[in-house]
Amino acid sequence: MVEKRKLICVSCPVGCELEVTLDGNEIVEVEGNTCKLGIDYAEQELFDPRRMVASTVKVKNGYHPLVPVYTEKPVPKPKIFDVLAELRKVEIEAPVSVNDVVIENVLDTGINVIASRDMPKV
Amino acid sequence: MIKKKIYDVVIIGSGPGGLAAAVAAKKEGAEDVLVIERDTELGGILLQCIHNGFGLEIFNEDLPGPSYAQRYIDEAHELGVESMLDTIVLEVTPGRKLFASSTKHGFVEIDARAIVLAMGCRERTRAMIQIPGMRPAGVYTAGTAQRFTNIEGKMPGERVVILGSGDIGLIMARRLTFEGAKVERVLEILPYLSGLTRNYVQCLQDFDIPLQFEHTVKFIHGKDRVEAVEIAQVDKNWNYVKGSEETIPCDTLLLSVGLIPENELSRQAGVRIDPITGGPYVDESRETNVPGIFAAGNVVHVYDLADWVTLAGYDAGKSAAKFAMALKAKESAHIPVKAGNNVHHVVPHTINKQNLTNDEIELQLRVVRPIEERVMIEVHDGENRIARKAARYARPGEMLTLVLKERHFADVEKADSLTVDVNPR
Repeated sequence: MVEKRKLICVSCPVGCELEVTLDGNEIVEVEGNTCKLGIDYAEQELFDPRRMVASTVKVKNGYHPLVPVYTEKPVPKPKIFDVLAELRKVEIEAPVSVNDVVIENVLDTGINVIASRDMPKV
Repeated sequence: MIKKKIYDVVIIGSGPGGLAAAVAAKKEGAEDVLVIERDTELGGILLQCIHNGFGLEIFNEDLPGPSYAQRYIDEAHELGVESMLDTIVLEVTPGRKLFASSTKHGFVEIDARAIVLAMGCRERTRAMIQIPGMRPAGVYTAGTAQRFTNIEGKMPGERVVILGSGDIGLIMARRLTFEGAKVERVLEILPYLSGLTRNYVQCLQDFDIPLQFEHTVKFIHGKDRVEAVEIAQVDKNWNYVKGSEETIPCDTLLLSVGLIPENELSRQAGVRIDPITGGPYVDESRETNVPGIFAAGNVVHVYDLADWVTLAGYDAGKSAAKFAMALKAKESAHIPVKAGNNVHHVVPHTINKQNLTNDEIELQLRVVRPIEERVMIEVHDGENRIARKAARYARPGEMLTLVLKERHFADVEKADSLTVDVNPR
C-alpha cells in the first residue's frame, strides 16, 4: 500500500517540510528536502525516531547547583523520559570538565551522557 | 589584578557576539583585548541555553549552548583575552572612555582605542504588553524561567501557560515538561509561529503540547500566586472575539513575547539607533556612526541563531582590531618634542614620522629666563645632537625658531623623543 507522510525535518534550523512516499515499510521517495540530511531524517523519523536529550544533573560543591548535560547522540524517542529519570538519580562532584562522561551507555543505548560545560569547584 | 587603563579593544558583553569579537580582535593583531561582563562568568545567555542546536552552521556539530560557549571561552583564554567579571559598565563616551564598577575592581576608568558593543538584548515583559489582571507571583519571562530551571535549580511552577511562540518559549515548554511540569497551552497572538519550525516539532509536537494561533491572555487571576489565566481568540485587529474566552487553571504564566536590543550605553555614547531594529545603525564593518565604536549580535538586531551572532561578532572584532592598530600606529608615529634646558615650551608638541618626507619643520619656542649674550638652540634625542642654531640673545618676550631640514630627518626618525635646550654658547 502506497501512502504519503508529511514530516518536518529537524536536522537543522531550516526545517524543511518533507513529503515521504511509503510503500509498506519502504520509502519510495522523499520530496521537499533541500539537502541529504532530509532523506536520512525521513528514514530515521519513520522507523526509529530519535532526539537529542539535554537536561541537568545535580553537582556537589560546584559553582552552580546543577551542571548541564546532553546525550552525545540522539536517543530513541520513547526512551526520552527514561533517560531523564536516570539523570535525576545522578549527583556528581565538582570540578567537572566539558565532555566528562556523566552516564556511560545510558539504558544500554550505547550512548553516553556528557557534561556540556566546565563546572569549577567552590 | 590591576587592570591596564588603556586597551586596544574593549568588548562589552561576553555572549556569542562578545566572545567572537574578542577572539577575532586578538587574531587580527590587537594586543590588549578586554571583555567586560556583568555576570560572574563568561558566556552570557548561552550558559542557560542547555538545549542542543548550537554550532550547526559553524562547527557542523549539534551542541548545547554551554558547550558552544565553552569553545569560545577556552579560545579566548588561550589567546590571552583579559576579562573583568561581575562588572557593570556605567557609561561609554564618544571619545571611547568607559566607566565601570564592580565590588572587586571598584570604580574603574578605561580608555579604549576601539569598542565593541555586544550587550545583546532583553526580554519584553508583562508591563510592555500590558496584560490585564491581578499581579500575583508566577508571571515570568521565558528567559528568567530558563535561568531558574537550568542554572539555579528552581522550578518556576507546575502548571504552565506560555504566551508567545518565540524560540525561548517553545524551548521552555519542552524543558519544563522534562522536569515534570504540565504545560497546558502555548498561545500566539499572530496567525503564525514566531520561532523556528523545528522547535515547534521537537518542543511541542513531540510532547502533545497544544498551540493556539490568534489567541492571547485576556486576564491573569490569582492573589498571591497565579491561579488561572483567561484566554481569548483575537481578530485581525487584535480585538477579543466575543464568546471565545476560556479559563485555564495554572500556577505559572511564561512570556515569550519578543526581545529588544539593549542600547542604553550605546545611546550615551552618541550611537545612532535605528527605530525599526532598536539597535545601532552599522556599516558593513559593523562600525556605528561613532568612529571606533562597533556593534554586533542581538544588540544590533535580534538573530534566530547564535551561530550568526558569532559570525557578526567576528566581523566587529576584526574591524575593531584594525581600527585600534591604525590608531596605535598613528600614536607611535608621533615623536614628542620636549622643552629642555631654559625652554618654556615648544610648538609643535609632536612630530609625525609619516610627514618627515615633506617640507621643513619649524620648531617655535620661548625661553624661561633671558640670556643677554650669544646662545645656542640645540635639538637632541637624549644622547646625540640632531640640529643647532645660534642666536645673539634669548628673551622670554621674543619667540625663537629652529628649522629641521631634510638632512636632519634620518636622525629625527630614529629618536624616541626630541628635546630642545637654549644655553649660553
